[in-house]
Amino acid sequence: MSTPLLDVRNLTAAYGRAQVLFGLSLQLHPGEVVALVGRNGAGKTTTLKAVLGLVPATAARIAFKEHSLLGLPTYRIARLGLGYVPEDRRIFTDLTVEENLEVGRRSGRVGLSPWTPERLFQLFPNLAEMRGRRGNQMSGGEQQMLSIARTLMGNPAAILLDEPSEGIAPVIVQMMGEAIRTMKAQGVAVLLSEQNWAFAAGISDRACVIERGEIRFEGPMAQLLANETLRAETLGV
Amino acid sequence: MDLSFLIIQSLSGLASASSLFITACGLTLVFGVTRIVNFAHGSLYMIGAYTAATLLPRLLELSYGPVSFWTGILITALIVGAIGVLIEVLLLRRIYGAPELFQLLATFGVVLVVQDLVVQVFGPQDILGPRAPGLRAPVEILGRRFPSYELALIAAGPIVLGFVWLLLRKTRFGILVRAATQDRDMVASLGVNQALLFTGTLFLGAFLAGLGGALQTPRVSANTGMDLSIIAECFVVTVVGGMGSVPGAFLAALIIGQLQAFGILIFPKSTLVVVFLLMAFVLAVRPYGFFGRPEIVGGTHAVGIVSRTPRASGTVAALIVLALLACLPLVSDAYLLKVATEILIFALFAFSLQLLIGVGGLVSFGHAAFFGLGAYGAALGVKWLDAPMEAALPLGILFAAAGAALIGAFVVRLSGIYLAMMTLAAAQILYAVAFQWVDVTGGDNGIVGVWPSTWASPRNAYYILTLILCATAVFILKRAIDAPFGYALRAARDSEPRAEAIGLNVRRHRWLAFMLSGAAAGLAGGIYAFSRGSVDPSLLGISTSVDALAMLLLGGIQTIAGPLVGAGVLHTLRDQIMPLTGLWRLFLGVSIIAMVLLFPRGLVGTIRHWREERA
Repeated sequence: MSTPLLDVRNLTAAYGRAQVLFGLSLQLHPGEVVALVGRNGAGKTTTLKAVLGLVPATAARIAFKEHSLLGLPTYRIARLGLGYVPEDRRIFTDLTVEENLEVGRRSGRVGLSPWTPERLFQLFPNLAEMRGRRGNQMSGGEQQMLSIARTLMGNPAAILLDEPSEGIAPVIVQMMGEAIRTMKAQGVAVLLSEQNWAFAAGISDRACVIERGEIRFEGPMAQLLANETLRAETLGV
Repeated sequence: MDLSFLIIQSLSGLASASSLFITACGLTLVFGVTRIVNFAHGSLYMIGAYTAATLLPRLLELSYGPVSFWTGILITALIVGAIGVLIEVLLLRRIYGAPELFQLLATFGVVLVVQDLVVQVFGPQDILGPRAPGLRAPVEILGRRFPSYELALIAAGPIVLGFVWLLLRKTRFGILVRAATQDRDMVASLGVNQALLFTGTLFLGAFLAGLGGALQTPRVSANTGMDLSIIAECFVVTVVGGMGSVPGAFLAALIIGQLQAFGILIFPKSTLVVVFLLMAFVLAVRPYGFFGRPEIVGGTHAVGIVSRTPRASGTVAALIVLALLACLPLVSDAYLLKVATEILIFALFAFSLQLLIGVGGLVSFGHAAFFGLGAYGAALGVKWLDAPMEAALPLGILFAAAGAALIGAFVVRLSGIYLAMMTLAAAQILYAVAFQWVDVTGGDNGIVGVWPSTWASPRNAYYILTLILCATAVFILKRAIDAPFGYALRAARDSEPRAEAIGLNVRRHRWLAFMLSGAAAGLAGGIYAFSRGSVDPSLLGISTSVDALAMLLLGGIQTIAGPLVGAGVLHTLRDQIMPLTGLWRLFLGVSIIAMVLLFPRGLVGTIRHWREERA
């Protein structure tokens, strides 16, 4: 296999005295979709935030494109081409759709056609109809689309996507699935933290099952689909 | 009163509004992005005024004309902008994550430093700038003469508003600033370097402060008091308009300008009273101002006294200290006793502030209001009612408690930074009243002849009286802190929603805390008045409030004994150092900044920390 795009080794993180991650390791390869699945409170969100330097963490290694991310400020990590879509979406509600996209704009990888607002409006047609609308006048699903589109404006090589299906209508969940497939087709790797098992299973190449801050299983999605005992034990599905 | 008069009044109100808006707009922008209320904003304004008043005559000498004049204004604003960048890089950058009390104190340290530096650089005298070439002649409006420079100022406000609006709406920098105002972490996650964004914002804010100050020079002399008077007005504008909102600041400045222009007809002595009434009304209806939002405030955590178990050894130590203090008259001379009396007074003053800040998390920046009310209450009793000391002191306490009840009723609706700004504004208004209402308060000269009763007149008798009164008051306050009342305040300090969820009436507790603390500060003020024999407006001034805050910081905000020790150390230092140097404020300001950056636990806190580390 190729060298991983994102390589996390022995990651630990804590909020004050409450330790959340206990030596977790995972890899994300170029162009693949990896589902980070596990129960509520298992440490999925903390893993993503720790990679970005948003929560204090220690690790033997966190590397992206062979650059160590340890100790780097968040904006430098983002500039290396690691995008982040937080679970609460964090749209700038005072800004219009187009202004939100402008905040995310960053020239990215050489040789690939960069994401533009126009291309993103094709990917998310709903957004095209509300370019001038402010974030506080959008539904949850629309905000989710905008949050993903905003991150894509930075032309990332990989995206950490936190619970994109949470609290939005099924028809929009379907659209999210489409969007993730399109990103993958563009060569963007996706690390998807997800509670919606069916959604994650449908679009991921590989799966990492996280339980109490540790990786319980790591392998092809097909293998996890076949292992009913493990699924019942760790995910309850 | 005819129409032309009303129009002229209204125009001059618009001119004041314009200059006020230009300065306040910078403050609100900086707050929006950095979440720091930059006290030094008024200092930047003052530097702008002094720089322009010095620079413009030289430029006009080289070539007389409007181009030189307006170029000079622009250069001044750019210089002040650069100073703002310096402040951001050297200081603000290090305290973005600090509790808001420390942020406020650190920027106030800058105010003190700038006050002394301005005198060093520009000299102690006021400097009037040159009049603007081309705008010297008055214009005639409806048969009345009106300065044409004022008309230019009226235009300047909307021009700046338009410029800032374009910058915020149409440029990438502006869009990033607005995004960062809402969610700094998310902006960083999208790859934006916040450090640059913050530095840029400070440049813009300082530029506007410098511009505001420079534009004032043809109207008002640059003087050493303008930093604090403008910052109080800016606080009112930004609070009424809503923190972080530029259009809100504009609207508030317009209303305040008109109120000041016409308020002078109703309260010729103090237009600030009208402004205060407006502020009280707006905040009663909309606690976050016209366009402000609640979620903007309260991001940082409150600091205060930590959990502790009262120990017998503490009581024994307190009694020993008390006994030693009572023996002091046996060994010391009159001067030492005078200093010791003042230390006791300031210890009570600082301790009363500790009840608000350390216990209640209520960062009051206007505690001088209550100290001064107590002093003035006592002095007015002596002057107008011929009251003896025994009656005048309780009258002072009553004054202070009533003032605290009134101010408290408004400010307990607010939190964090809003509360700090409002308490400061309230104290400034009382200062203005004492200064301007000459018939009653004696104005700048104050009231003299406030002497204690015969039995308490000797230095040592007055010292013992002070010791008894202060010790009793501190004891009562400490009982309140250790009572369920104090626990309720601390619960509300640590989490207001949780305190309310368990059934505490947070506002009521805070209001009572204000009155208790105000009464204690009033007692301290009353004793102080009788110890000096006079009162004057400086007792109500910001520097008095800052003295108490500095004592708290020095002693340690997280400890009970901190303010008492801090008062002793700071007042002793002041007594020793002030006669030696004219740069006491510089020394104090640098010390405050250093304490915040290096030593935030304070003396008592650090000693306790060492002991706990060893144990």
